[in-house]
Amino acid sequence: MSFLRKNRSAAAVLLIGLLFVAVGVWRGEVEVVFRKAVNICMECIGLG
Amino acid sequence: MGKVFSSVRRRLRTWVQIGFTALTNGYAAGFAKGTIYKGPTKAFCVPGLNCYSCPGALGACPIGSFQAVIASRDYKFTFYIVGFLMLVGAVFGRFVCGWLCPFGLVQDLLYKIPFIKKLRRLPGDRFLKYLKYVILAGFVIILPLTVLDIVGQGQPWFCKYICPSGTLFAGIPLVASSPPLQQALGWLFTWKVGILAVLLLLSVAVYRPFCRYLCPLGAVYGLFNPIAFYRFRVDGQKCTGCAVCQKACPMDIPVYKTPNSPECIRCGVCKKSCPHGAICPTLSKNRVKEAQ
Repeated sequence: MSFLRKNRSAAAVLLIGLLFVAVGVWRGEVEVVFRKAVNICMECIGLG
Repeated sequence: MGKVFSSVRRRLRTWVQIGFTALTNGYAAGFAKGTIYKGPTKAFCVPGLNCYSCPGALGACPIGSFQAVIASRDYKFTFYIVGFLMLVGAVFGRFVCGWLCPFGLVQDLLYKIPFIKKLRRLPGDRFLKYLKYVILAGFVIILPLTVLDIVGQGQPWFCKYICPSGTLFAGIPLVASSPPLQQALGWLFTWKVGILAVLLLLSVAVYRPFCRYLCPLGAVYGLFNPIAFYRFRVDGQKCTGCAVCQKACPMDIPVYKTPNSPECIRCGVCKKSCPHGAICPTLSKNRVKEAQ
């Protein structure tokens, strides 16, 4: 408990981060990331 | 056996960097065949700057993914990646840069090469260190969001025009193993190889020039350094202000004044060098009770 009290800001950011990830998953952003990541990114390799 | 353990302990950070890079880029077949991994783990980000088009990459790059989502037609903000950055930032801050980033490892290894005169910092460091925030705002957020093609889709500007990690870990291995890609080479590839070459050469003389001046991911994680669970504290009772920590710090940070500077990559050299044992991480067993 005292650990959390000393790290209130980090704990709050962590909680908001978790919430954001959940919202992102719910909105279907994971699909966009997956689609981008499983195809060779021509821009990233300097051809696009 | 004792000598082996002591050597591993001394080089613990390098071993962690090598181990984590190997673990997150473990698709060896990709390097052999000149292809990339297409499995389900690609939906998840790794904490460091690790191009998803690297033949060995098992995960996605957070900066590439951020641009991919905000530049898509369907989303103009990404909760998924911002949330991921907050999660990692809240726990580690820039510890990721010092211990888990593959391009950080490359720069660390290059800096070990002997050179006539190693520089503490580049001329104009005072201003140059803010360049990474300009790159974050301009190339990672504003340009992908606002410069759209006819179907309303943006581009990953940072990946396309700057990212040396993508050139080194993805561009060069893929182009080297694919004759069709070699046919498609043009000015953009030359530009990106040029940036990479300059940074690699600079890394021999200056410690981590990319992380200090250009990396947008380091800029994001640096903002979390003062509040992350993993922070440094200076014991006011023990610290004499001798500045030995700053002299030892490869990033030239006055740790005794700003132990949680956004520039600190948590390499831990200051902690080892302090003659009074005044610097301590918050997650250590011997953590400092009275913080300065």
